[in-house]
Amino acid sequence: MCLAVPGRVLSITEVDGTTMAEVDFGGVRKDVCLQYVPDVATGEYVIVHVGFAIQRLDEASAQQTLATFERLGILQEEFGDGFTRAAEQTGADR
Amino acid sequence: MKYLDEFSDPDLARRLVDQIHAVTSRPWAMMEVCGGQTHSIIRHGIDQLLPEGVEMIHGPGCPVCVTPLETIDKALAIAAQPGVIFCSFGDMLRVPGSGQDLFGIKSAGGDVRVVYSPLDALTIARQHPDRQVVFFGIGFETTAPANAMTVYQARRLGVRNFSLLVSHVLVPPAIAAIMESPRCRVQAFLAAGHVCSVMGTAEYPPLAQRYEVPIVVTGFEPLDILEGIRQAVIQLESGRHEVQNAYPRAVRDDGNPAAMAMLRDVFEVTDRTWRGIGMIPGSGWRLSERYRDFDAELRFDVTGLHTSESSLCRSGEVLQGLLKPNECAAFGRQCTPRNPLGATMVSSEGACAAYYAYRRLDLVQI
Ligand code: SF4
Repeated sequence: MCLAVPGRVLSITEVDGTTMAEVDFGGVRKDVCLQYVPDVATGEYVIVHVGFAIQRLDEASAQQTLATFERLGILQEEFGDGFTRAAEQTGADR
Repeated sequence: MKYLDEFSDPDLARRLVDQIHAVTSRPWAMMEVCGGQTHSIIRHGIDQLLPEGVEMIHGPGCPVCVTPLETIDKALAIAAQPGVIFCSFGDMLRVPGSGQDLFGIKSAGGDVRVVYSPLDALTIARQHPDRQVVFFGIGFETTAPANAMTVYQARRLGVRNFSLLVSHVLVPPAIAAIMESPRCRVQAFLAAGHVCSVMGTAEYPPLAQRYEVPIVVTGFEPLDILEGIRQAVIQLESGRHEVQNAYPRAVRDDGNPAAMAMLRDVFEVTDRTWRGIGMIPGSGWRLSERYRDFDAELRFDVTGLHTSESSLCRSGEVLQGLLKPNECAAFGRQCTPRNPLGATMVSSEGACAAYYAYRRLDLVQI
């Protein structure tokens, strides 16, 4: 939960007076709040933590980080289902 | 050198490791504050690549781990009430309270939901106006802006059936508390990068000065951590104690001003008890006066709960860097991810969980 993952802004919309975006994290797409990085444009990369962009990031760094996270299975951990993970844990060393 | 091939750029990793070896002339102990960094260090065996005597001490930087038992019990009590939808990040599900955990409440029929973002909890509240929706608002400075925005939105949109169970913790007071401890061995800090993405670096120079300790703002990926260690060792060897930013691609010195403005509006600083550690003055946030009516503790009667902590668990010492997880007698025996005695064994940023996941074989048989 503590991780922040870079993603690419695909499209920006206004929802209930708040700037939201669809963001792509190496294939996984999520709705992300852009309110804290107001000047980001479509196509740019941001660092996202629990559904909020907290900083922008250059493309090369973002790609590199995404590749590392993908390889380590971190993207799956971050975006996978919490209950499945907890259930697996209860049987982790059965 | 074992492990190095697993790095995304093994050549760069090798160069960094070589430089760390070249500049090191004697033993040093440094603390990585953040649990995400702890996992990266253990997963990649970074501690084993360091020169003899250079030790990584694992810090308290896991909000799931330091959430006080009393607050977990309050969460369980609220989640068990009929008509409540209790929303949380997935990491909290199996954190043991005095009796059970959120996963158990869910199995027993409670409406516990895992959300990716606190805004999802607000959406659920708007979809179910007849139910009380409570979000478990934990996290360091990185997470707090998300929770702040959610409460701000709830107020603005007039969503009255949403509330926050708040247990936010702050990094700089924890660094001070660690340095104040008579048993402290820490000589340098790797500060948590994404905390600084939000808060910037301004809070750190006074700490570096007062405790004469180098503080290097560091990212989470293995190469970032090696670079952070390299800068810390160079400072230690030359007797300097400054704040350095080894993660400039994600950290600006002034942080994220928009997020900080929202934090100042929605939260105010309060004393906070850390699980296993105790009270650290000024180390937490609670809802400010204007938002107090969104406080779940005031909306639900959760006073007078009787807490009971495992007598075997030594996670308090683990969180302060006084004990390595495998030095706990219960590690891998009475305490496993399936039957965790402490939060540090279940959280995905917990130090005990990291040791269990990546060093299971050599450590279970202590
Ligand atoms: S191994 Fe288990 S019992 Fe020991 S400190 Fe860690 S969480 Fe507590």
